[in-house]
Amino acid sequence: MNTTEKILQNLPYEEPFLFVDGLQEVSEERVEGFYTFKSDSYFYKGHFKGNPVTPGVILTECCAQIGLVCMGLYTFTLSDTLINKNQIGIGLSSSEMEFYTPVYPDEKVRVVSEKIYYRFHKLKCNVKMYNSKNELVCKGTIAGMIKSLDDGR
Amino acid sequence: MNKEHYDKLKEIVKVYLPEDVSVEAITEESNFTQELNINSANLVDIILDVEDEFDIMLENDDMNEMQTVKDALKIIEQKLQEKEN
Repeated sequence: MNTTEKILQNLPYEEPFLFVDGLQEVSEERVEGFYTFKSDSYFYKGHFKGNPVTPGVILTECCAQIGLVCMGLYTFTLSDTLINKNQIGIGLSSSEMEFYTPVYPDEKVRVVSEKIYYRFHKLKCNVKMYNSKNELVCKGTIAGMIKSLDDGR
Repeated sequence: MNKEHYDKLKEIVKVYLPEDVSVEAITEESNFTQELNINSANLVDIILDVEDEFDIMLENDDMNEMQTVKDALKIIEQKLQEKEN
């Protein structure tokens, strides 16, 4: 299994809250990944009434799953820490996002994340999301705590 | 206790206090997470600011020991002394 497969397999999410289809690139400094928003996703029923648009909070989640969690899992694979869905503690700690272009059902997006720092289990990244026309959808700064529950606190 | 270091630390901590906690609440005995309501992510930011302010480097173990303002000051003094030697 290659590194990308290993990361995807160990993501602690599943439908209907998995927002990563694949990764084109992953390193300690930078991650690039993609996801296609399925038109039958539950949130389109209510956001908005009769006018489905991907909620900003879901776009933020997609950025966090690709940009933060995948990068965090990559650093675990580097240090050979056992990665297992049940042994990873993850929490979003802050996000500051700006939105530019709406994302409609069945659109494919690309997320690019660059590390600001990863220290004391806190990972902070600059993230950007682009649509298939390469237009900027949103950008911002997201931080979260991510640690293997094996290594103590 | 080094008053200058204490004041510098207070200035750093102040920025990360939640709105319902006032600066006056900070004492030497204050527990960062339990009394000052600072979350673990902001505690990391405090440590990073402390590193910049005092030009020192903290390790994972130091963070585990840094429960109160007093603990933080102790670690700062310790690191500053190591730097001098």
